[in-house]
Amino acid sequence: MDWSPIWLTLKLAATTTIILLLIGLPLAYWLSKGRSFVKIVLDALITMPLVLPPSVLGFYLLLAFSPQHGLGHWLQQTFSLQLVFSFPGLVLASVIYSLPFMIGPIKSALQQLPLSLSQASYTLGKTEYQTFRKILLPNIRPSLLTAVVLTFAHTLGEFGVVLMIGGNIPNVTRVASIAIYDSVENMDYASANTYSLILFSLTFAIVMAVFIFNKHTAKSPLE
Amino acid sequence: MIVIDIEKKMRTYQGPQILRVDSWIAAHTITKISGPSGSGKTTLLKAIAGLVTPEKGRISFEGKLWLDTKQNFNLPPQKRKVGFVFQNYALFPHMTVMQHMEYATTDRDWINSLLHFAKLDTLVTHRPEYLSGGQQQRLAIIRALATKPELLLMDEPFSALDYDMRRDTVNQLVYIINEIGATCIIVSHNPNEIDHIATNYLKIG
Repeated sequence: MDWSPIWLTLKLAATTTIILLLIGLPLAYWLSKGRSFVKIVLDALITMPLVLPPSVLGFYLLLAFSPQHGLGHWLQQTFSLQLVFSFPGLVLASVIYSLPFMIGPIKSALQQLPLSLSQASYTLGKTEYQTFRKILLPNIRPSLLTAVVLTFAHTLGEFGVVLMIGGNIPNVTRVASIAIYDSVENMDYASANTYSLILFSLTFAIVMAVFIFNKHTAKSPLE
Repeated sequence: MIVIDIEKKMRTYQGPQILRVDSWIAAHTITKISGPSGSGKTTLLKAIAGLVTPEKGRISFEGKLWLDTKQNFNLPPQKRKVGFVFQNYALFPHMTVMQHMEYATTDRDWINSLLHFAKLDTLVTHRPEYLSGGQQQRLAIIRALATKPELLLMDEPFSALDYDMRRDTVNQLVYIINEIGATCIIVSHNPNEIDHIATNYLKIG
């Protein structure tokens, strides 16, 4: 059996999760503070991948990063960077598509913390960054774990967006979900079953781990 | 001396209201703020601390400007160096008693004397969830004192203490406030709680 789709999937999920963690923490913190019109619009845009068919997002990303069109053409000419049908393109698409899974739990957890916690820290002379790192972050640990795991698990199972922007190139963009589809198309049910079983077991183990870890602090990893 | 002349919009259970305060408080005194529920006592303390911003007004402390909405000047709470005891204590759930104190100051002797004052010296490894209401409130008080603030703002700071503990805490607090030379403003509902130590009274609402 070809293990490359599994390794590629894990690599994509890990890269996406790390990038989203770095982007998601400050973005969720900013969104959790107050409600301006700009924040409402941004919140809605971040939530879109939850309700939008993946093929729609994939189609627009394909258009945007196609070397024949504006942004894609500029990236190719300026940085010799081609995002369509490449691993970096998959990462970018996954980052956009999984954004709500990282932002949602973190933002919600931060909003549920009493405002007086950060206010108490400020009166002790601590900066906003110190307060975030030493007070807020330790108190949203279960939600942070949930966000990381949901992002990772969701990226493992991505299909539509990945297929649209990455296609099906072995060792480059052929992730496990596409390998399953491909195997079924070729009537190779044994390979499809193996890939499916691996994805199922991996996802189940991860979600179970979060349930166990969070059992004292939250009723469900989705909280 | 602290000079306060502010207007702040508030949303209360009785609908939108405006908190107007135009007063001054002498340095190194203990002032009791009283008034009906929803009159803006907590909002006033938070405005002084820089935790909420009045729409209009000016606040200065010991000649230093803290707020002037006309000049669009608002000194951040970190630079006002006030001690604040929150009505809900605002203790950090993940920190032990000692970690609370160490977060506020590195002065080990001062930490030890405050822990002794609050009778928490045997509970230093406990997190807030394992403390009684009274112990949590005492921790909130000594955390606010840990930075040796020039201005101490206390919002119902003795409400969870029993009669004996309240009497002892109030008396020792006066001693500590004098020792660090702080000005103290206390919001209190209870008419007999701090009347014997307060030197000024401010009624709002």
